[in-house]
Amino acid sequence: MGKVLMKGNEAIGEAAIRAGCLNYFAYPITPQSEVAEYLSRRLPEAGGVFLQGESEVAVSYMIFGAAACGERVFTTSSSPGISLMSEGISYITAAQCPAVFVNIMRGGPGLGGILPSQADYMQSVKGGGHGDYKLLVMAPASVQEAVEMMMGAFALAEKYRNPVMILGDGLIGQMMEPVEFPDSLKAEPTNKDDWATNGMATRNRKRRNLVKTLYLDPEELNSHNLMLKAKYEQMEREEVRYEAYNVDGDYRVLIVSYGTMSRVCRTAIDNLKEQGFEVGMIRPQTVFPFPKTAIYAAVDRQSCRAVLCVEMSMGQMVEDVERSVSGRRPVHWYGKCGGEVPTPEEVMEEVRKIVK
Amino acid sequence: MQNEIQFAGFGGQGIMLMGQIMAQAAMDQGYEVVWIPSYGPEMRGGTAYCTVVISDRPIGSPIIRNPKHLVAMNRPSLEKFAPAVKSGGIIFINSSIISIDAGRDDVDVLKVPIIEIAKELGNVKAANIVALAAFVSRSQVVDFERLRESVKVKFASKEKLIPLNMKALEEGQKAAMAT
Amino acid sequence: MGKTFQKPEALADTITHYCPGCTHGVAHRLVAEVIDELDIRGRTVGIAPVGCAVLMYNYFTFDFQEAAHGRAPAMATGIKRVRPDLVVFTYQGDGDLASIGMGEIVHAANRGEKFTVIFINNAVYGMTGGQMAPTTMPDQRTTTSPFGRKILDTGMPIKMSEMLAALQTPAYITRQTLLNPKYINKAKKAIKKAFTYQIENTCFSFVELVSTCPTNWGMTPLDAIKWAEEKMLPYYSLGVFKRPEEEESATSSSSAKNG
Repeated sequence: MGKVLMKGNEAIGEAAIRAGCLNYFAYPITPQSEVAEYLSRRLPEAGGVFLQGESEVAVSYMIFGAAACGERVFTTSSSPGISLMSEGISYITAAQCPAVFVNIMRGGPGLGGILPSQADYMQSVKGGGHGDYKLLVMAPASVQEAVEMMMGAFALAEKYRNPVMILGDGLIGQMMEPVEFPDSLKAEPTNKDDWATNGMATRNRKRRNLVKTLYLDPEELNSHNLMLKAKYEQMEREEVRYEAYNVDGDYRVLIVSYGTMSRVCRTAIDNLKEQGFEVGMIRPQTVFPFPKTAIYAAVDRQSCRAVLCVEMSMGQMVEDVERSVSGRRPVHWYGKCGGEVPTPEEVMEEVRKIVK
Repeated sequence: MQNEIQFAGFGGQGIMLMGQIMAQAAMDQGYEVVWIPSYGPEMRGGTAYCTVVISDRPIGSPIIRNPKHLVAMNRPSLEKFAPAVKSGGIIFINSSIISIDAGRDDVDVLKVPIIEIAKELGNVKAANIVALAAFVSRSQVVDFERLRESVKVKFASKEKLIPLNMKALEEGQKAAMAT
Repeated sequence: MGKTFQKPEALADTITHYCPGCTHGVAHRLVAEVIDELDIRGRTVGIAPVGCAVLMYNYFTFDFQEAAHGRAPAMATGIKRVRPDLVVFTYQGDGDLASIGMGEIVHAANRGEKFTVIFINNAVYGMTGGQMAPTTMPDQRTTTSPFGRKILDTGMPIKMSEMLAALQTPAYITRQTLLNPKYINKAKKAIKKAFTYQIENTCFSFVELVSTCPTNWGMTPLDAIKWAEEKMLPYYSLGVFKRPEEEESATSSSSAKNG
């Protein structure tokens, strides 16, 4: 199949189907309602399940129930909706169920706005709900990358028995780009009989399965959390993904930026290069696990005098970048958080300012 | 080589569709392409705009403050966006309802009375296709033949409207050549 | 002489943590007996609430999920939508179902989700230590209504069965009680009917059980039964409030019918 021109929101829905996930529960919210609109037509035709829940809270538990009985399932929402789902996400993570959540971010806090934003970085990467847990979080910079991350998300969720989040800014959902759905990314079926509450008769076993999150015994809870921690450490060893751009030359500044914002930075880097000013970029594709080793290595370049973190938030990623840089270069921040996406010209000006 | 076209007008004038038809044509022609809408409350009857970026290499920033070309379908959008158009670009003006000038002497201004033309074709709704045809025939950002195919693709589910829109394409092209 | 008493296969061979005189044990046993009789243990998934019954999965021998407070109907919806062949029930108390989980239960009922709800109404929050519930009776003392529930401040107790029966979607909705053996037999019949409706894919099914909580009421088990009979039953009338067979109309009465 050749390329088709698709809106990010619709492509994300289609990608899930192509990956082999036919179960979707959701609640409408701008700027991602097109996912539900698209799937309400497409899933019945594909023999799948579409249900519009009564709230994001309820949806997160519909996801929990379905995931806990071993079925592939996903939902999509935007920032305020993800806040409501955070309760369920904490439970699903504690219960070690695979599921995929998509956050097409809008501005906050509160109702904020409906324009693009990256202000849910902390919420997605550092937890969001209560307790010691993490999600594997991937941040696409194009509709094609959103499709590929979405298709790959199910296998990762099942590998770790942990929710995976696709973290896109509003533009990823709203813009149209040509996309392809690679058959090679279809998720293979996995056997979940060891833990899923899919009915004893279904798995032909006498032992019952229990999906729970309550551990009243302190030692038991501690070892449960240690086991979860071990999974997050394994993600940090095995799942870090990033793209390095223009890092072969003697760059004077290293930009760290992700999502749509990184594309603006890429144009700024190209323009600065024409003016004889070299700037490199590390673009995290996974924001948890964070590519800290790559950033640590990139600032090692003698020519590199400073690091600039560019994001559509008030600097939520800065502390992860600082942690990665470990004090060896100054870390600056540039961004906007009202829905207006910074332009390449603004990024260029900021780069020049910090090495003046 | 990168082209950026901003389409702007009232909600209901078919602004989003114009951009999508152009993006489809560009993709079919082998270009990289991004289509970005303005979205939100303004989509209900207010000013609507979308931007199409067409390039022969991967597209960096999809956000364009200074597009190369503007297709202005109403007066408020001409007033708002004309000053941002790059020098040497094209500003298309829907002269049926825009009585003012672009206020620029460093761009190529193309004025077409698209509503009158569409009325003569028997359906005022085809005005956006007349405009698109006129703009493409002047700017050559995509092959006209690709545009024709792309219109057929977009109207595949409303097949009855295809002959009308084919005529709209021809009239738009003629109008652009005549000015 | 044959065996006169046998533990249902669906019930685990263990001692529960419930207080003396608590009716949870009776409700558990009725559910287990019904599951045995319908021979559905191998395809049943129970959903435990947050409340006194949070550990109920320790007392059953089939698959279980543990919900967050009030969310069991959403989880049950998730299961039934992706695995309609499984038999699913939630078991919820009045704080869980009628307070924090009000949204989930109403919408699951209104969508006509094909699962069964066992609703334990004992007019109080049990596990957290006897606080006021939406079902607490007027003037009833609890740890958060130490001078008795004042209806001017906190409204009247919510009649869940009547409320859900007012929805226009077909359902089986009944209120029973566990206060004496005669009632218990009727309650079991209702539970069996509820599961049967589910298995036949007919409708949403809901069995409210008026129960006692001697510990939090500060009574002996016998006094608790007497109090429930005198104070609760006149307000929470027993009966079937809705049957799926009934013709739905905007004017249909929601009053209880004996059955």
